[in-house]
Amino acid sequence: MDGGVLHMLQFVISALLLAGGVFFVIAGTVGVLRFPDFYTRMHAAGMTDTLGAELVLLGLIVQAGFSQTSLKLALIAFLLFLTSPTAAHAVVGAAHNAGLKPMLGKYRAPALGEAPEVKSEVKPKPKSKSKPKPRTKKKAT
Amino acid sequence: MEQALHYLNVGAAMFLLIGMALLLGRLLSGPTLYDRILAVNSFGTKTVLFLCVFSLIIGRQDGIDIAILYALMNFIATIAVLKFFRYSALDVSMNYSSRGDLSKTVVGKAEMSGEDT
Repeated sequence: MDGGVLHMLQFVISALLLAGGVFFVIAGTVGVLRFPDFYTRMHAAGMTDTLGAELVLLGLIVQAGFSQTSLKLALIAFLLFLTSPTAAHAVVGAAHNAGLKPMLGKYRAPALGEAPEVKSEVKPKPKSKSKPKPRTKKKAT
Repeated sequence: MEQALHYLNVGAAMFLLIGMALLLGRLLSGPTLYDRILAVNSFGTKTVLFLCVFSLIIGRQDGIDIAILYALMNFIATIAVLKFFRYSALDVSMNYSSRGDLSKTVVGKAEMSGEDT
């Protein structure tokens, strides 16, 4: 009976950790999809990736018990704990260095079926403005 | 109880796969280059998690070694891609003085901001 209780405890702890990790992973993915700006997307992805990965790996360590597998899983968790925030920092630093502007001001998220608003990228605007002007001039003359 | 753990792992793997599939949308439709790099980086992290869960599902420990390798490769690939798109080359010296003034060597500044044109 004692072993059964321990197995039940192992299952419950592992299920809680795995559920929490999967929740953070899915939340980060939805944030990356739905947020309006690169910097907000980075915020969603950078935080949740680290915490979600750690929780999922902890849940797997609880399942594996004391073995070589759990040692390797702990190694992966340690590596991800170091490299995931570093990579996020590097990506944001590179974008900021390249002159990517953050989106400022009020923003209302579009509904799920609705078309998204004007994107944060500024590239297409001058093209669309400069192209119609000569056409209208040609038509007028 | 083994069966319950098995089903738990299968469910976690399915949710991880759903997350990866959703991230592909941002990867394909990211407005800027950095959105795509972010999506690839996050996708790689989720791939590592999926490999760990999958190797426990099938009961073989080989996938965990591959996951260690994938975690390292993911980080190095992200840094390498960022470096390549900043300097347009991979063999840039990391020595600070040999590159000269760092503020003048930024590549693609006019392309990214785009407001002055």
